[in-house]
Amino acid sequence: MRVFGGALLFCLTLWSLQALAVIETYEFSDPALEERYHELSAELRCPKCQNQNIADSNAPISKDLRRMLYEQLESGASDEEILEHMVARYGEFVRYRPRFAGATAILWLTPFILLLAGAAILALTLRSRGSRSDNAALSDAERTQIDQLLSKKEGSD
Amino acid sequence: MGPRLKLFLPLFLFAALALLLFRGLSLDPRELPSALIDRPLPAFSLPELASGELLGVDAVAGEVSLLNVWATWCVSCRVEHPYLQTLADSGVRIVGLNYKDEDAAALRWLQELGNPYQFNIADRKGSLAIDLGVYGAPETYLLDADGVIRYRHVGVVDERVWQTVLQPLYSELRAAGAAP
Repeated sequence: MRVFGGALLFCLTLWSLQALAVIETYEFSDPALEERYHELSAELRCPKCQNQNIADSNAPISKDLRRMLYEQLESGASDEEILEHMVARYGEFVRYRPRFAGATAILWLTPFILLLAGAAILALTLRSRGSRSDNAALSDAERTQIDQLLSKKEGSD
Repeated sequence: MGPRLKLFLPLFLFAALALLLFRGLSLDPRELPSALIDRPLPAFSLPELASGELLGVDAVAGEVSLLNVWATWCVSCRVEHPYLQTLADSGVRIVGLNYKDEDAAALRWLQELGNPYQFNIADRKGSLAIDLGVYGAPETYLLDADGVIRYRHVGVVDERVWQTVLQPLYSELRAAGAAP
């Protein structure tokens, strides 16, 4: 019985619900359009279910946006025009790669600023470590002084 | 910077980060600014829900109004409904945008729960809603007398939202409209 239960559980883990998710399909007049459809729908963000693109989302709004995307592709709009169209309605938020502008500058520049800051800290640390090892070199006078001190200590034991 | 002060550097960094993240806790990432603020209401030609008469931007503009996006399938809209009725009774002009709904169900809803709307635009396919950047009901737009969008509220309009956010803007627009 236990073996049977285990086998059943194992089979259930193989059965994925995700595979049953239905997303509508569109007939494209040109395979190139279909490719652009996939690219753009992966790059456009679902306004309702954040952190999903409209290609993956089952939200009704994503379905509407996919239809709009399809219609615009078929009517011959360029990628630039389509993105412009979406941004005019939903703001830069709708793009996973927002345009570089005043409000999005911090988003684009922060990684580079952090990289530069990291490089600067690394350089400073290495330099101070380098100069410290220079200090560590002892002069002959210091060496004899140490020998004297050590021998004194041994003598006192 | 003195060596003593340098020791506190991690603490300062931690404090700055904690402050930043704490601020993040009280922000709602779902609250997106509308891309249409200070833009005119997009052009449309859609039927009125009850009469079937074709409506355009002219029907909505002319007076400071609320444009409320609602649907019978939207649970929060039912929560919001009584307060919209209160607002309508106090003289606020509310125009409804019935979003991706069935006419019969929408009409039944208005009959059973009351009708706070001056009229309803029946947007069965959600085309005007997409032009407005609607991503879920309920949403409420504040329009000035020229039909320009001044504010968008996503979610239920209740006493608190009205008093703290919408009402001040509404009064301001009313006063601006009355002045010249």
